[in-house]
Amino acid sequence: MNMLAEGRPTKQEADLIMPEQNAVTTHTGNRALMVDEPLIFEIGSPDRSGVDLPESPQVESRLGGLEREAPIAIPGLSEGEMVRHYTRLSRQNYAIDVGLFPLGSCTMKHNPRLNEKMARLKGFADIHPLQPVESVQGALELIHELAEWLKLLTGMPAVAMSPKAGAHGELCGILAIRSALEARGDAREVILVPESAHGTNPATAAFAGYKVEDIPANKDGRVDLEALKARLGPDVAGVMITNPNTCGLFEPDMKAISDAVHAAGGLVYCDGANFNAIVGRVRPGDLGVDAMHINLHKTFSTPHGGGGPGSGPVVFSEALAPFAPLPIVEETDDGHFRLVEEETADEHHSNSFGRMVAFHGQMGMFTRALTYMLSHGADGLKQVSEDAVLNANYILRSLETVLDAPFAKSGPCMHEALFSDKGFANDLSTLDLAKGMIDEGYHPMTMYFPLVVHGAMLVEPTETESKAAIDQFIGAFRSVAERAKAGDETLKSAPHFAPRRRLDETQAARKPILVWTEDEDFAQAAE
Amino acid sequence: MRYLPLTPDDRQSMLATIGAQSVDDLFVDVPEEARLNGPIEGLPMHAGEMAVEAHMKALAKKNHAAGDMPFFLGAGAYRHHVPASVDHIIQRGEFLTAYTPYQPEIAQGTLQTLFEFQTQVARLFGVDVANASMYDGSTACWEAITMARRITKRGKAILSSGLHPHYVSVAKTMARFTKDDLSYQAPSLEAATDGQNILDQIDDETSCVVVQYPDILGRIGDLSAIAEKAHKHKALLIAVVTEPVALGAIRSPGEMDADIVVGEGQSLGVGLQFGGPYVGLFGCKQKYVRQMPGRLCGETVDAEGKRGFVLTLSTREQHIRREKATSNICTNSGLCALAFTAHMTLLGEKGLRELAMLNHKKAVQAADRLSKIPGVKLLNESFFNEFTLVLDADSRPIVRQLADQRILAGVSLGRLYPEAGNLAHGVLVAVTETSTDAEVEALATALEGVLS
Repeated sequence: MNMLAEGRPTKQEADLIMPEQNAVTTHTGNRALMVDEPLIFEIGSPDRSGVDLPESPQVESRLGGLEREAPIAIPGLSEGEMVRHYTRLSRQNYAIDVGLFPLGSCTMKHNPRLNEKMARLKGFADIHPLQPVESVQGALELIHELAEWLKLLTGMPAVAMSPKAGAHGELCGILAIRSALEARGDAREVILVPESAHGTNPATAAFAGYKVEDIPANKDGRVDLEALKARLGPDVAGVMITNPNTCGLFEPDMKAISDAVHAAGGLVYCDGANFNAIVGRVRPGDLGVDAMHINLHKTFSTPHGGGGPGSGPVVFSEALAPFAPLPIVEETDDGHFRLVEEETADEHHSNSFGRMVAFHGQMGMFTRALTYMLSHGADGLKQVSEDAVLNANYILRSLETVLDAPFAKSGPCMHEALFSDKGFANDLSTLDLAKGMIDEGYHPMTMYFPLVVHGAMLVEPTETESKAAIDQFIGAFRSVAERAKAGDETLKSAPHFAPRRRLDETQAARKPILVWTEDEDFAQAAE
Repeated sequence: MRYLPLTPDDRQSMLATIGAQSVDDLFVDVPEEARLNGPIEGLPMHAGEMAVEAHMKALAKKNHAAGDMPFFLGAGAYRHHVPASVDHIIQRGEFLTAYTPYQPEIAQGTLQTLFEFQTQVARLFGVDVANASMYDGSTACWEAITMARRITKRGKAILSSGLHPHYVSVAKTMARFTKDDLSYQAPSLEAATDGQNILDQIDDETSCVVVQYPDILGRIGDLSAIAEKAHKHKALLIAVVTEPVALGAIRSPGEMDADIVVGEGQSLGVGLQFGGPYVGLFGCKQKYVRQMPGRLCGETVDAEGKRGFVLTLSTREQHIRREKATSNICTNSGLCALAFTAHMTLLGEKGLRELAMLNHKKAVQAADRLSKIPGVKLLNESFFNEFTLVLDADSRPIVRQLADQRILAGVSLGRLYPEAGNLAHGVLVAVTETSTDAEVEALATALEGVLS
């Protein structure tokens, strides 16, 4: 076994596939700690339960004659079986806790455990959204305090806390823009979105009833200011711009863009997915932004949870503040906190565009995010963005000699480094490289996004990785990239060492099996 | 700072590799006038665990936790006991700190639990398929209305008066922008649901009928006739379930031929959390699966023929379809879906049925006790674990007075329907397995005291 310069034990390329290991079979098909786990429907039983409940009182039921008689057919497990089932499944997951998670634009930073502990305090976890407001003053104060942080960090005067996730926040911002324009009797139809935008941007604008038009990028990967100016006019409601953008670059013309859009009567939505790169160093309010969502699950470390829940508060400029959705938390003159909802809204909320969710937003994420902010403080958050940007540039400059970095010449990147598949031999693709990274023990980078770069690979290390961890990653990335350039066939069948080999996504989509049924053929196929 | 591993030496050596003098060189693209030189003013500096914990605990203490006093609130969020093992499982780092399973070879844990979740939800709802979760019940309800529009190519939705008023508010907010036509009126304090009224409204322009089951006042109405008439007019029936535990006791909407069933999954595993994060449940008939919003997990095989799971039918979704997507939804509510499915796995059908009947029968006892109080009338003939009491006066000040006595009595209808005069006399009372006889008695005694 060799050692890489970074100290990581590794194997020579030729030994990557270990035939001697494949030759040994086991009775179960398992390999030591790599254990397959059946579905609950295959191991559980509808008459088994891991919950003991007291006897029901002996009274007549009053279910209106609609008793459920047919079987529900949901199996149960004893507690031990249940814990083992999910524990075994958990071990088939990659996660931040397991290793560096360089998923560009997703900001997979460490999730502090104090956040989890605080979210579980009974005064936050065990309160009902419709309790009398006098009995939840601490919860309202927390929402207010978090709102103040977000306003100060962004330099914006108002914030809507209820959106449930980033895309929901985008919707909130676009609905506020449309409400503001309608309020001044100005029906506009078009939202301009750069080609490099997240897919949620055009989907959101369309959902809100807008026509979506692309803004071209210049050769440096930024918005083409002149092209944008040329398109502005009385039919353009606004722009949706991600800054830092999805190529990992700051938009240096952001203020000029905002000024031009405002001069043409439109409004500026900023996608704040990449706020992690500038938090504590730049305030979007200083750049003329009218609305921006903040992914608490990115910048402010609330867990991604295998796909949510997120949380997407939206900060607003003075122009949009009156249109913010209900509910709103307000501090009263006597230091109390009131909840402005349908029952309590008054005159100055008459422009609110309405309600987006049943209750008040993602309280469980608010507690985690505020815990994180208090831990870092203003000084720590500034260090967060500096280290995130430093780590990304270190990766960019360490790998630009091996991989094509299309915008590296135009200057430093922000929190993520972008590479293309230029130079890969033998029809090897970004997907093959990504799967090769899995064998190296890493979650791959974001693949094929942004769309403006061929075979894009977007790498975001975040600020919570050490130099040693990043050096290891660079070593692995360089090695797999060199194999891709050399046309190494073994990459095409990677991953070789993951719990599963490549999965057949075409079959999954052609004949979707979305629920388990007793008569499935796959049980046999798996044997 | 405890979350930041770089040392000053690390930073210097990395800057040298980059070829930059200082970190400021990396921010050159930021216009001079927008660069901040020091930490943002008005915010505190970093703090250790003990100091942060003290700050957060002081805020938490200002709230009346449900578990510390008699508690009877529901109206779309229910207090159920969450078994210890459920919270343990969702805190496993491999679940907690994973991303959306875009790389299925190293995300089978999340994917298999989603597949199991989808199957459980479909069976609970009595429909063919379910998705991998939505933000919450209210957003799932709106997504169902837009899905019905896509399927029927009609824009007129009939919302039952028994639909949660906040769900109605969400739909109205969105419909204002999408130009959907929503027909809705607030409920009246009657024992019967508004089923007949809905039947009268269905016509050939109807896209869908949205009925909550049990409804906001706790009433349980058979949906079969509504489904039949809707289908006769080529409209869809959307059933909304805000208390999924009920479906351990009462017939599933699917058995009554609902086309789409959505719900709030918070009751299982998730907890109250002041309203979020929760987990939207979304199921439908097989024939509509390609019009579903949100993520779907599907079964397939890997290159060696082993069973595995992937996200599928993503051509419906925003990252592929952009402005033509079925929804702009990106994140779902993965960790809450895990809590739901883990709790459901612990219950099984047997546990779910027992839990449901325990809730129901405790509620029956409580309804009988409370409606004996002079000036208090029980509205419902049928209910699951929540019912409406009608008082002689506005219930809002009474609920607040009881809160001052540290009894959280229920949700006053005046808060939910500020516009509708006599509804304010109603109060929703929810009784779950967590409510003790002594707490019901404490509520009864206190209510007697306040009313006399």
